[in-house]
Amino acid sequence: MSMIEVKGLCKSFGELEVLRGIDQNVDEGEVLCIVGPSGSGKSTMLRCINRLEEPTGGEIYIDGELITDRNVDQMRTKMGMVFQSFNLFPHKSVIENLTIGPVNVKKEDEGSAKERGMKLLERVGLAEKAEEYPRNLSGGQQQRVAIARALAMDPEVMLFDEPTSALDPEMVGEVLDVMKDLAKDGMTMVVVTHEMGFAKEVADKVIFMDGGVIVEQGTPDEVLSHPKEPRTQDFLSKVLV
Amino acid sequence: MDVYIKGFLIACQGIPTTVWVSLIAIVIGAAFGLLLALCSQTKSKILQVLAKIYVDVVRGTPMLVQALIMAYGVPWLLQSWGTGFKWANLVIPAIIVCGCNSAAYMSEIIRSGIQAVDKGQMEAARSLGMSHGMAMKLIIIPQAIRVILPAFANEFVTLIKETSVLGYVGVIEILRRGQLWNASSFETFPAYIGVALAYMILTIPLSKIINGYERKMARRESAR
Repeated sequence: MSMIEVKGLCKSFGELEVLRGIDQNVDEGEVLCIVGPSGSGKSTMLRCINRLEEPTGGEIYIDGELITDRNVDQMRTKMGMVFQSFNLFPHKSVIENLTIGPVNVKKEDEGSAKERGMKLLERVGLAEKAEEYPRNLSGGQQQRVAIARALAMDPEVMLFDEPTSALDPEMVGEVLDVMKDLAKDGMTMVVVTHEMGFAKEVADKVIFMDGGVIVEQGTPDEVLSHPKEPRTQDFLSKVLV
Repeated sequence: MDVYIKGFLIACQGIPTTVWVSLIAIVIGAAFGLLLALCSQTKSKILQVLAKIYVDVVRGTPMLVQALIMAYGVPWLLQSWGTGFKWANLVIPAIIVCGCNSAAYMSEIIRSGIQAVDKGQMEAARSLGMSHGMAMKLIIIPQAIRVILPAFANEFVTLIKETSVLGYVGVIEILRRGQLWNASSFETFPAYIGVALAYMILTIPLSKIINGYERKMARRESAR
């Protein structure tokens, strides 16, 4: 049973065709990594899955249910999203960042939301920062809070949009460790990334995108270590210096 | 010297009226201005155009003219339709005009405040399953308020000064007090100096508070 089904996904910005018919399934518990040059459409694909971008064509099913304009808010609660630039709420403390979704969207009571929030902060190793404000945290810490915030909605799927690209190099590891933990716990994940090491180690499946289409897909070993397509080989030769 | 003190004290008698007309008007202006700002941000073209027309009309005409229309023009029109309409107190149209006038300026201030909030904030809120309205209320507007607070307070200072035109539609505020005293005493210079001082004791402390707040925010920004 596929957790995410993408069928014939197309997206254009005016004249510019960014996605030209993407078909992709992600099974429950599977980790899918999307790699490719910038402008290849990989972030757009991820953003279309939770409708931050309105697709111009195609269908997306989560857990067998089609996403429509009517159910989009409810469907988004099933998908946690982690952004490149963290996007924590700066006017809320760390723990409030975690509870604001469950309390207002799921109508969970404040006490139990806070209790679950604290457990999630422990899980990402930031329990002692609960009362701090995001501006007092390092980039790596902010991104770990952002992951915990997404998990607080108890999603079935986690989407990561280049989660380490805005981080200083010494902070990349702590964020990837949290993501590896999640993968180990069986979370279904779609990760747009430039971290080839992470993809090799954690992904069940890797897709290489270029020019709005999936050029090559397979296991990390097939795509990243023994690519068949010239475009994939060319890209990898540039990133894996 | 006594005559200057007298002029100042007489002008000060108008302070309560000026202050509470300004206060009620700024509350109306903020609420109505927020509504206009939200209209101009919606997908509905009709609401966008209506909000734009309103702002253009109000900003394109002097407040004195608006006040004359509201205080005298509107009753004339309603009476010509055979109703016996009359303002119970001329302070009422005065407050309405100040509020509606201020709303046009406030809507621009609020709109720029909303636009100053990072686009990623709305995306993060929506990705948690919040509706557009909920995201506005919980995430965007609280952050926009911090940005617009100084401009909001400046608008209040402007409004206090603008209420000086209300004397022409029968509201006995600071300027009107001075004018009335001048008319009976012929102490023209002390009367208007007193009026000026009465406005200054309202506006200058407010401006100082705004400057202090802006400096504090700037320090916090640079500390990040």
